[in-house]
Amino acid sequence: MSIIQILFYLLSGLAVFAALMVLLSKNPVHSVLWLIVVFFAISGHYILLNAQFLAIVNLIVYAGAIMVLFLFVIMLMNLNAATEPNQHIWMKLAGVIAGGCFLVMLVSLASQAGDMANKTVLMKEGNIGLIKELGKILFNEFVIPFELTSVLFLSAMVGAVVLGKKDNTQ
Amino acid sequence: MTVLQIDVLLLIEKLVLIAIIVLASLGIALYTTFAERKVAAILQDRPGPERAGPFGLLQPFADGLKLIMKEEIIPSHANKGLFILGPALAMTAALMTCAVIPWSSSVELFGRKIDLQIADINIGILYIFGVVSLGVYGIMIGGWASNNKFSLMAALRGASQAISYELAMGLSLIAVLMLGGSLSLKTLVEQQMQPGALWNIAYQPLGFLIFFVCALAECNRTPFDLPEAESELNFGYHQEYSSMKLGFYLFAEYVNMIMSSAVMACLFFGGYDIPFLDEKTLSPNVAAVLGLLALLTKIVIFLFVFMWIRWTIPRFRYDQLMNLGWKKFIPLALFNMLLTGFFILMKQEGTWQSVTHLFNK
Repeated sequence: MSIIQILFYLLSGLAVFAALMVLLSKNPVHSVLWLIVVFFAISGHYILLNAQFLAIVNLIVYAGAIMVLFLFVIMLMNLNAATEPNQHIWMKLAGVIAGGCFLVMLVSLASQAGDMANKTVLMKEGNIGLIKELGKILFNEFVIPFELTSVLFLSAMVGAVVLGKKDNTQ
Repeated sequence: MTVLQIDVLLLIEKLVLIAIIVLASLGIALYTTFAERKVAAILQDRPGPERAGPFGLLQPFADGLKLIMKEEIIPSHANKGLFILGPALAMTAALMTCAVIPWSSSVELFGRKIDLQIADINIGILYIFGVVSLGVYGIMIGGWASNNKFSLMAALRGASQAISYELAMGLSLIAVLMLGGSLSLKTLVEQQMQPGALWNIAYQPLGFLIFFVCALAECNRTPFDLPEAESELNFGYHQEYSSMKLGFYLFAEYVNMIMSSAVMACLFFGGYDIPFLDEKTLSPNVAAVLGLLALLTKIVIFLFVFMWIRWTIPRFRYDQLMNLGWKKFIPLALFNMLLTGFFILMKQEGTWQSVTHLFNK
């Protein structure tokens, strides 16, 4: 086994275990922390695929920003295992339906897996994930969608500042 | 010699380098705590710690011993696992940054060319950003696991402060990256070392100012030390901590200071570049050692400025802090980015005339 294979199995095992712990933890804060571990494992996979930029952006955006907001909400609402409210029967029903849909999707994915049987993933090859190549493609082929997205993000940022200002004048 | 397709010698070299850099960072941090007390004393016109050893030089060891010997208390209602995880994470995130900082050029030892940098990855600055954004968890987890309202409020303050200032920090960095055209810290430093090239501070004074203030905020230093505002929050997010776990939190702050000083020196002040000296005229080993000394000098100067600010400027109020971050620094950083883009365009097109021509098209 090469070092990449060892790392692959290690990261995959970690990702699956942490994902299970997200679901099995009683404490919502623990769930969020396990989810962060999942993101780390997935970022590790990206690095194995030679997509370093994607890996680090995944960490900065998801683990660094979005999960902090999750933690904020959970900590401020003080959701503990002890204070978990009794769930309505409809909530349980909705959960069953959502889970069932997910199961159907998984089964269909597994049934298609036969197509993938003899294909191997290119590990540590290709340079599409490197920031230089990515930048060239984004600014040549996909320049209009890219610029539109950045305008969207900028307007969201300005919007946040405007909302903050509104509060101040009251 | 290879095991599992890894060069064992390379592995040993990197491990030794990691050990040296981590220990050196901790050692410098140890004496930074001492320097902080001395600087505070000088600014307040008193002698400061002077009993332990000559000039009080053994004071940091006495402090460390005191912290280790103290009783370790874990509050009965605290979440035990996370309570321990908090300071560990804070310290880990603080030390992880040192992996991508180029401490000096390469030395030749035992016939091997050894880079004095643990990993020269081509996303160096983004890596630092990733690690900085993880430092928030140390504070948040510690504050929450303490099961104390004051700790929780302080932790939330700290986290929201760090996230807010990360934005402006990133935007101010983009201008530097536009100049350098690379995310690797080593490449950025080498560009500033070219003969005739100026340090980035000459091109990016506004960018540096924004970055510096954001670094103060990220390190929870005065005037942005709201998570530790003792008059409002008793003691801050580490109120329930005692013994070496408290020590880890306090120590992580100093390690963070050293790392952010090193990053600032690399990005804006030429890293291990010695001003007015062409390093290529020296032998590589001498140049590497002198370069390391130059970088350390720059770090020490930054550390002194950090302390100087701490003992001179009062603390911001929370709404002032948020106003400054969101309404002043983000627009200012965007403006700086625009300005840099404009000047780069001007340089590429040659003269003013061609720029006006570009607009008239």
